Amino acid sequence: MTAATSLDDLAIGTRAHIASVDWASLGKSEAQRLRQFGFDEGVAVEPLHLGPFGRDPLAVRVGRMTVAIRRSHARAIRVTLIPTALAL
Amino acid sequence: MTPVPLVAVVGNPNAGKSALFNALTGARQKVGNYPGVTVERHTGRLSLPDGRPLELVDLPGAYGLDPTSPDEAVTRDVLLGKQKGERLPDALLIVLDAANLDNHLRFALQLIDLGLPTVVALNMIDLARRDGLELDRAKLEAELGVPVIETVAVRRRGVDEIIASLAALLIGPRRVRAGEGPSHDPFALQRRARAIATSAVISETPVRRLTHRLDAVLLHPFVGPLILAAILFVMFQAVFAWSATPVGWIEAGMSALGQAATAALPAGVLRSLIVDGVIGGVGAVVTFLPQILILFLFILVLEATGYLVRAAFLMDRLMSRAGLSGRAFIPLLSSFACAIPGIMATRTIDDPKDRLTTILVAPLMTCSARLPVYTLIISAFIADRTVLPGVGLQGLVMFILYIAGIASALLAALVLRKTAVRGGGGVFMMELPKYQLPHVKDIALGLWQRAMIFLKRAGGIILVSTIILWALASFPVAGPGQKQSDVSIAGKIADGIHVVVAPIGFNHDISLALLPAMAAREVAVSAIATVYAIDQTDEQRMTQSLEQRLQGRWSLPTALAFLAWFIFAPQCISTIAVTRRETNGWRWPLFMVTYLFVLAYLAAGATYWLAVAAGL
Repeated sequence: MTAATSLDDLAIGTRAHIASVDWASLGKSEAQRLRQFGFDEGVAVEPLHLGPFGRDPLAVRVGRMTVAIRRSHARAIRVTLIPTALAL
Repeated sequence: MTPVPLVAVVGNPNAGKSALFNALTGARQKVGNYPGVTVERHTGRLSLPDGRPLELVDLPGAYGLDPTSPDEAVTRDVLLGKQKGERLPDALLIVLDAANLDNHLRFALQLIDLGLPTVVALNMIDLARRDGLELDRAKLEAELGVPVIETVAVRRRGVDEIIASLAALLIGPRRVRAGEGPSHDPFALQRRARAIATSAVISETPVRRLTHRLDAVLLHPFVGPLILAAILFVMFQAVFAWSATPVGWIEAGMSALGQAATAALPAGVLRSLIVDGVIGGVGAVVTFLPQILILFLFILVLEATGYLVRAAFLMDRLMSRAGLSGRAFIPLLSSFACAIPGIMATRTIDDPKDRLTTILVAPLMTCSARLPVYTLIISAFIADRTVLPGVGLQGLVMFILYIAGIASALLAALVLRKTAVRGGGGVFMMELPKYQLPHVKDIALGLWQRAMIFLKRAGGIILVSTIILWALASFPVAGPGQKQSDVSIAGKIADGIHVVVAPIGFNHDISLALLPAMAAREVAVSAIATVYAIDQTDEQRMTQSLEQRLQGRWSLPTALAFLAWFIFAPQCISTIAVTRRETNGWRWPLFMVTYLFVLAYLAAGATYWLAVAAGL
């Protein structure tokens, strides 16, 4: 069972797959930049750090790179949690 | 005669492109500008093993051929042969971060499809291995259909192989280009890139990455901002502390030069021009080269390590309160060195309103041209004592001046966002690259280029304005009992300015210095030096330093008001010119100058009257 949520609700260090991106809610150039960073359905993401003031922006691992985006944009990205490996 | 073959070095930001460019061309580089846009054009030469010369152009980093910034637009236009001032490259050198192929191959695939002869540098292969990633170079070469060479640009590994590969590509007749390349569905392209990247991975051992461990501290919500504040504090203390010795050498050298010239030349107009005008004026400015280089050293090192982007991340939320984005942090920090590269660096800000606001407040960052002025006034009027262990009073005053500049920039941005520049904003997206040890050669090259730019300024605009001022200050010659700086043409002009600035405590000397300081802020110092030199007897000149002369002529409130004026320092022709270019018109530069003048006047006035009221 996997829970769906948005990227900005994901706890630090939680790995998830992108389920969908609400491209329509983003401006044209913002959407383009997110695509260039590699945000796309099925890609693995993991929030790594939060900004010191107001927990914004977020540093997110996407694929093999780390990018900083604001919380408002992270909200447009729906994710499904990757079940922790067999809960060892 | 056929032109020298041109190879474009192209790739994503943070692929190590410029490091590879430096490794290939060494110091044989030229920095220029593309016509019409203020994007810097970096070119360099190298010789192929068979002796043929080759020209390399380092294109701005881009994520694709679909630009979202003026820099990326230049990269696309050069690659399509549409950029004014650049011919179509004969070949491409694509630089990839070996540890980030999933992302970088996206752009690389677009580039390969352009159909130009291409070599791919699989760069930073050592860091990929450190992260536990083993790649199959041959497989990648087969998938991409172009030569792939492993490189570690900062250690010059793979550089000879790259040169050999380029030499092989450029044999034979020039290829006709394939056209604009196929248009791509962004998602399909991304998936193709990921598939190739996945197939090229031999093995991947998950390791706790060094970058992640460093970020855990440097981006820590509490420790991170403290470290940033400490780094900035050390930086500004170092500008003062480390420069003392080399500044002493330069001063001694200038003084010796002045004495030699005095001895060699007959007394008269020519001697006065050379000794007072050229050596006195330009020398006073060149003295500040060490401080400017120390400041640039910090900025270049912080940038090369990858820390500057982290600073932007830490600052984003605070800057968003002022209506800016964390992206503005890097241009604003660069503006501490000089507002011109700072304003040019705003091109990385995607949002036009964010960008305009950043441009308008960039001159409030204390640029290195104000350092000569601050240093002179502080060392003349602020006691050299320690207030806390390791914290000198002079350094502290300097720190306060910088903070005042930053605070007024944030306030100005806030007001601008509510008035003149409304709407837009809210975007902050940037890549956090891996931490790297900066390479000494790259930093040295950057410093060398900055030093040359500064010395050219000193030899050009500063020399010319110093000579003009010397002439204006030397004629007509004062009669007995008159002071030269009162009688001369410059003195008369200063009389007029003095009427306006007398209410804020500025004396005649300052009125005289303000006008030539329009050319470049540091000219204020050389102007004062020149005028005092002209006013003096030879005997005074030998025995008194500029600081000592100031102490005798200025009151403390006047000196403090002068410092406050320079926090805003509206005058700088180059800044106005670059603002006009970057904003495409006169509207915003005029707006900027007006608001800065008003702020400077109010701040200087308030400082003067408060200091007088406090009995200083």
